Amino acid sequence: MRIQTPLARVRHLGSAKEGSDHWWWQRLTALLLVPLSLWFVASIWWLVIGGATYEAFQDWLSGPVAAILMLLFIGMMFYHLKLGLQVVIEDYVHTKAVKWTFLVMINLGCLIGAIAAIYSTVAVALGG
Amino acid sequence: MAEFLLPKNSKIKKGRHHKAPDGAGKTRRFKVYRYDPDSGDNPRTDTFEVDTEKCGPMVLDALIQMKGDTDATLTFRRSCREGICGSCAMNIDGTNTLACTKPIDEVKGEVRIYPLPHLPVIKDLVPDMTTFYAQYTSIEPWMKTDSPPPSNRERLQSPEDRAKLDGLYECIMCACCSTSCPSYWWNGERYLGPAILLQAYRWLIDSRDEATGERLDDLEDPFRLYRCHTIMNCTRTCPKNLNPAQAIGEIKKMMVARR
Repeated sequence: MRIQTPLARVRHLGSAKEGSDHWWWQRLTALLLVPLSLWFVASIWWLVIGGATYEAFQDWLSGPVAAILMLLFIGMMFYHLKLGLQVVIEDYVHTKAVKWTFLVMINLGCLIGAIAAIYSTVAVALGG
Repeated sequence: MAEFLLPKNSKIKKGRHHKAPDGAGKTRRFKVYRYDPDSGDNPRTDTFEVDTEKCGPMVLDALIQMKGDTDATLTFRRSCREGICGSCAMNIDGTNTLACTKPIDEVKGEVRIYPLPHLPVIKDLVPDMTTFYAQYTSIEPWMKTDSPPPSNRERLQSPEDRAKLDGLYECIMCACCSTSCPSYWWNGERYLGPAILLQAYRWLIDSRDEATGERLDDLEDPFRLYRCHTIMNCTRTCPKNLNPAQAIGEIKKMMVARR
């Protein structure tokens, strides 16, 4: 049993002095993802209906503009994904062990996903 | 894991039906939440038929009539009966509002009355506001200064700076907004909620206060401030027509402005 005043319970461990970074980047990545996603979908669509072969796709991705935009899209997308999923878990999951397991999985999952996607892009762009 | 089931004893049962007295004029049906934790019984909803020709126009008038004429054990808070004390905040017809400023005529059909959502119930329509008030204390709602006041006069504030407090100082702390917020329902222990954040902003924006930075430091927290996802339930339900969601947005802007 723990006897605490309501104020002590509310103050708890104090402020984390953190949160504005998360808020800012969630909005910034969201904003950047609007044109980037449109570009991504339009490009793939255009390549697919053009009946693109692997070589045509590689040719397209090895151009500097496509490669840079693709890497930017991957980075922003996985970072935005991480930030958003983190909020969902923090909102709804209250059992400590489950919450931390989920958060670690989200962080690692997004990191691994981003690294794999970046590796694939570089490999294809450089003629892998 | 996330909780999907209600705690034990929270299923609401059908309660008593109090018929209108013989010879009553125009009657309205009120379905009122009843709960007495001491009895060990589940909560129930009692139905009251109220002669609206014999009571005032507001829901609070009807509640007073029910308590006075029908069931004296019906428990609720009320004081000023004019929307300035915030005591009679409750959930009427599915919306948090003040019983004293909610006309019965605005509700179609049966008038359903429940306590403010997701607070522990002390009895019937009386919720436990302990955490809410402690959260208010935690934001230190008073002017903090290091400079001594000018001699022989008050601290000056320009009319423009005073105008920035409009829409904030009118808040009566009834908790309608905070208890309408899902983020406050799920994380009310750590998220301060719209009412307290509106109050926090009232001190952040006060030109006479000298502790703006410290106040922002205390609020900068993933839970205290950033559980707000701007769904605007608070603004929609506020019986004083204030805009807590905007106040929270302004705090978030201040957080970015000082980076």
